[in-house]
Amino acid sequence: MRIVLIKRAEHSRLMTGLSPVIAVALTMLSAALLFAIAGHDAGLALYKFFIEPMTDLWSLQELLVKAVPLVLIACGLSICYLSNNWNIGAEGQFVMGALAGSVLPVLFPAFDNGLTLPLMLLFGAAGGALYALVPAVLKIRFNTNEILVSLMLVYVANLTLDYLVRGPWRDPAGFNFPETALFSASAMLPTIGDGRLSVSLYAAIAVAILLSLLLARTLKGFEIRVLGESPRAGSFAGFSQKRMTVFAFMVSGGLAGLAGIMEVAGSLGQLQPTISPGYGFTAIIVAFLGRLNPLAIVVAGFVLALSYIGGESVQASMGISDKIASVVQGMLLFFVLACDTLILYRIKLQFGQTAKGGHAHV
Amino acid sequence: MDSSTAAAEEGTNNAPPGGGGRRAGAEILLAARGITKRFGSIAANADVDLVINKGEIHALLGENGAGKSTLVKILYGALQPDAGSVEWQGKPVRVASPAAARSLGIGMVFQHFSLFEALSVSENIALALEKPGTMRSLGERIRAVSREYGLPLDPDALVADLPVGIRQRIEIVRCLLQAPRLIIMDEPTSVLTPQEADELFLTLKRLASEGCAVLYISHRLEEVQRICHHATILRHGKVVAECDPTLETPGSLARMMVGAEIANVAAASRPNETSPVRLSARSLSLAPATPFAVPLTGVTVEVKAGEVVAIAGVAGNGQGELFDALTGERRTAAGMVTIDGTPCGQEGITRRRQRGAAFVPEERLGHGAVPGFRLSSNILLTRHATDDGLVKGGFVAFGRIGEMEKRIKQVYDVRMSHDDPEARSLSGGNLQKFVVGREMSRNPGVLIVNQPTWGVDAGAAALIRQALVDLSRKGSAVLVISQDLDEIYEIADRIAVISRGHLSPAEPAAAMTRERIGLLMAGGAEAGTAAPAPVTAAAGGA
Repeated sequence: MRIVLIKRAEHSRLMTGLSPVIAVALTMLSAALLFAIAGHDAGLALYKFFIEPMTDLWSLQELLVKAVPLVLIACGLSICYLSNNWNIGAEGQFVMGALAGSVLPVLFPAFDNGLTLPLMLLFGAAGGALYALVPAVLKIRFNTNEILVSLMLVYVANLTLDYLVRGPWRDPAGFNFPETALFSASAMLPTIGDGRLSVSLYAAIAVAILLSLLLARTLKGFEIRVLGESPRAGSFAGFSQKRMTVFAFMVSGGLAGLAGIMEVAGSLGQLQPTISPGYGFTAIIVAFLGRLNPLAIVVAGFVLALSYIGGESVQASMGISDKIASVVQGMLLFFVLACDTLILYRIKLQFGQTAKGGHAHV
Repeated sequence: MDSSTAAAEEGTNNAPPGGGGRRAGAEILLAARGITKRFGSIAANADVDLVINKGEIHALLGENGAGKSTLVKILYGALQPDAGSVEWQGKPVRVASPAAARSLGIGMVFQHFSLFEALSVSENIALALEKPGTMRSLGERIRAVSREYGLPLDPDALVADLPVGIRQRIEIVRCLLQAPRLIIMDEPTSVLTPQEADELFLTLKRLASEGCAVLYISHRLEEVQRICHHATILRHGKVVAECDPTLETPGSLARMMVGAEIANVAAASRPNETSPVRLSARSLSLAPATPFAVPLTGVTVEVKAGEVVAIAGVAGNGQGELFDALTGERRTAAGMVTIDGTPCGQEGITRRRQRGAAFVPEERLGHGAVPGFRLSSNILLTRHATDDGLVKGGFVAFGRIGEMEKRIKQVYDVRMSHDDPEARSLSGGNLQKFVVGREMSRNPGVLIVNQPTWGVDAGAAALIRQALVDLSRKGSAVLVISQDLDEIYEIADRIAVISRGHLSPAEPAAAMTRERIGLLMAGGAEAGTAAPAPVTAAAGGA
């Protein structure tokens, strides 16, 4: 018996909706298998990982805190990936946004008024956008590979942050801890309720709605999708691939930078050597799980946030390493990409044939 | 079926020395019986019988979509039939794969070459052989076999440097090295100059006289008449007739293929000599964008209001590059391209469309249309900046696009299984009607079309050609780039020939004979070298 993939004439609408669901189901199945192999009660572990975080208010709020940056970054990435620009460095743009946005409260603590926060957000978005411009310009000028360049710039950004908080930006009154001074109240985002959740939640939802409008209703959205699907047809339509590369990188870098400064001015309140548990990378999975559709990305962001909280939860209650969270995220990306095949192909089982290397797309 | 077989047998008495007619008492080489293959609800082949004798050049005729490719793929082992049997030299066989077909002695020369441009001739051939041996011995075999069959090849030449006709030789020689009993050729002359085609015919006759059979697929009925001994005609997946093509006329063959008379293109009036020039290229030169692209050298052509000018030429001689320069996908000096008197070589494609120009590229999927987009979205592709009101304040007016899609579908007879499908699901002919219709429905002042009916069935081709002529007679300038001489003679008022990036002056169609076009194609368009290109030497020299 062999499994053959047969090309469909058109995209399957059913599978477009169903493939992320199948991917999540397969991920849970594989996670259960992993728990069982490691000698744990698979059912209990699954419950602790995927369900329990949604049962009490505190962890629900934590879910939202983690989902907000994921959604913001993933929305920007969807523009990149739809237009065939492979920005893998959102993590670096996130950090650079946080740094650029923190210039005011850290270096000019005396500038402390109603303009502080708006300017911080603006600087944050600009910092991320300009940092993303580096791989974009190198790509269109020298034909470099944007995947490599944007990825390597992540390490540059992380090391810059590390250097600043341990060196020039360290809080003089901070007992030598590698942290900046705590931001003043006017440099902090208003919170929702009294926990760590800030109004960045509204920003994430607004961005998702605006971008989904842009993609579905406007000529710009059409341009993004044409250039991604068929660059030659895009140039025939009069759209510029190069300008699109700059646009997509700046939008995604800007949103990552905005997420970065909102994280600092929202839940952290200061710069630390590490400000992200890999949001920029996890957001890549969010973008694909959401099928590059900003509204679906909101849901996908929630699912991936769950994997962070779930990892902590099984570590705390069952002693399973929280590295399991990364494993689950990795499997999820794997299954999402694999299941996407079903959108344009259907599976057929062939029996009793041994012929090799036929014409079919195997 | 039976009556047509009888007609075929009549032909056997009538074998003229020139080649035509089935030979009496010849041994059967391959007999396929009752071949049926379904794709979903469509029967691509329904109960097809095909008998090929040894030493016979057997034509397989039919429109696009008639099931020729499916049948050939089954014979070559690339597809498995749902029902039916194949006998090879009297024994039932199952052709499980192309490798199995090759070991039986069935070779195939594909319509689209499967050659690596950056490799040499012998390296390309070595890739296809199971036991190529050393490169030196293979080179000698290639030299020997190719000379023996009048297809001289230099084994060390780089494929990228070779003209298309020579590339086809490589494919044929590759086939011959495997000592085939049956060679399947899919549209072998579609890329050849008339002279190159004549050389190919000599080789085929030679092969046939040695007992090798040829299954010959072609749209060109004159050719079939000239060289084939027997013809099987498919329509809608069924065998509708068998005949001796030497006893038929191209017209009667076409009737059997299509099942009806094909309307000839009617041109209402000849264009006026004093009409204004609407499109012109002046001394248009363009450096190649990639190592394998063709540079354009001093291309000059004018198209007046009311006329159709055709550019003939063998594929890969700069047609694509010229099209890109005329559309604005590649920029030139401003004065090199003018539309309605305005120099616009520096302008992009959108600006040129706004000046009233419209373009249809050769590649329908991936250039003229986005494969995964619905037809309505594909309308937006070329109409978003023209004054159709499809985009308002940056937002897309989907309602208007939907109406336009329905209109184009109706006027240009685009057939589809359901409303507004994705472009990739349409057949080649239907998609071409859509892409042409999308541009025609604008009533463009200037229309530039590259290969308007490439891979399109006869009915759709007639419709498209008529539409091109009608558009010009309403006062537009129409420039057609085509490899199909029949098409060019049907619609063109003036003809120019492109060869390695040089363009011959456009001359009235009546003054251009096929022989003259052939010489121009083979290098005469470049001043000086009027002789047909020798094997490899001159190929890189342009």
